[in-house]
Amino acid sequence: MSDHSIAERSTYTEYHPRWLRRRPSTYWWLERRAYLSFITRELSSIFIAWFVVYLLLFVRAVSLGHARYLEFVVWSRHPVVMVLNVVTLFFVVFHAVTWFNLAPKAMVVHLRGKRLPASLISASNYGAWVVTTAVLLWLVLGG
Amino acid sequence: MADTITIQVARYRPEEEGVQTLQDYEVPCPKDWVVLDGLNYIKDRLDGSLSFRWSCRMGVCGSCGMTVNGEPKLTCETFLSEYAGGPVRVEPLRNFPIIRDLVVEIGDFMRKLVRVKPWIVRDHEKPVAEGEYLQTPDQLDEFKQFSMCINCMLCYSACPIYGLEPAFIGPAAIALAQRYNLDSRDEGSHERLEILSEHDGIWGCTFVGECTQVCPKHVDPAGAIQRYKLTAALEGLKSFVLPRSAR
Amino acid sequence: MARRSLEPVLWLLFSAGGVVSALVLPVLVLLLGIAFPLGWLDTPNYEHLSAVVRHPITRLALFGICVLSLFHAAHRFRFTLYDGLQIKHLNEMIGLFCYGGAIALSIWAGYLLWRLA
Repeated sequence: MSDHSIAERSTYTEYHPRWLRRRPSTYWWLERRAYLSFITRELSSIFIAWFVVYLLLFVRAVSLGHARYLEFVVWSRHPVVMVLNVVTLFFVVFHAVTWFNLAPKAMVVHLRGKRLPASLISASNYGAWVVTTAVLLWLVLGG
Repeated sequence: MADTITIQVARYRPEEEGVQTLQDYEVPCPKDWVVLDGLNYIKDRLDGSLSFRWSCRMGVCGSCGMTVNGEPKLTCETFLSEYAGGPVRVEPLRNFPIIRDLVVEIGDFMRKLVRVKPWIVRDHEKPVAEGEYLQTPDQLDEFKQFSMCINCMLCYSACPIYGLEPAFIGPAAIALAQRYNLDSRDEGSHERLEILSEHDGIWGCTFVGECTQVCPKHVDPAGAIQRYKLTAALEGLKSFVLPRSAR
Repeated sequence: MARRSLEPVLWLLFSAGGVVSALVLPVLVLLLGIAFPLGWLDTPNYEHLSAVVRHPITRLALFGICVLSLFHAAHRFRFTLYDGLQIKHLNEMIGLFCYGGAIALSIWAGYLLWRLA
């Protein structure tokens, strides 16, 4: 296509001025609050992966008997593990909140020809979160 | 004190030096002046060598996009009084190669725009005698927001992915593709899907969302992209699972 | 061609995992990671906990939660490596590390939950 060749011809010739191209800095994500917020959200992935491991270890400890379960609880009281889990809580909540706030962008629901407002989609996501939390609390604590 | 304000302009004169330098100018600051007025004052009265693009001076042509105090803005819509006291730092739009002073190379976007086929694509055209393609107000609302794009490229300037990977097709191109995909008169979605689901197409987007924040026309490219990811993913899944029937 | 047809699937897994992890993990982190160890709540009757954990539906649900969350995390982390460290040219290695890791942990999860005592 000719426009591509025009670009090539005009890029660098002996008489064409040199364009200045600046590379983004390695710390580009510190330059704006929005970028920092974005990277924080992305880093939540590490803590989600950690918690999956922790969850599986928890389940295994429960299944190996009361004594092993109590040992696990003691281990999870270790400052390093505790701090890690507190940090993980922050990150998974951050992930959940940003996820529910952004969900309406991808999910456009039409009811009888009209688009449902974004706030309704967000609200129903938060509603689902509350219900799921309640169910899990009942499941784990109940009985 | 609001008589004058300092505008710091990032100069780049390739024939003189190979780096950017900041140059200060004192310009008057009447309350209805925008940054573009300041730049034109500099060019008319203070320093005729300053180069920058502008045209309609009313926010519809998309020519005057620049970085003002670190933010991508249309200089014709950004009031100097917002920065009372100053200085106002005006730099060329980020993420683009700089040709001179505040003028950036926009050919990359122009080529990407053409690639997404931003026009009505139909398998069969209706003959003129049969009349117009009719559209209800609701059908118009589906894509109207995305048609507001003025190609100002502030979104490309705000997008960190585009900054890191210039091959990324970018917010405006995808939003404009969606403008046509969602138009009830269009039948070209499958053609655009090919281009948009390439390696540097929509899948490079990580939903930072800054493109939507800086858009002067409230196009919401981030929303267009996420919505399209779902569409394209479901299409892609179909072709992955049922490769023959998808052809 | 292979790369192009894989992205949609990976994104769908990422999305599903995002929804599941957002709904389920916060309360689990609070309970299992913080409340129980610190004794904020009377840890539930061990018999009850054990019964819940061993139930086949629980194990299946846990498997689903773990696998989806792992693929969500892998996909997100892959892009964090691209954008954060700007090492996109190590594409293949990153893919292998992230998704390979998710697969490996998923296999461990499956084995663990299948062979629960």
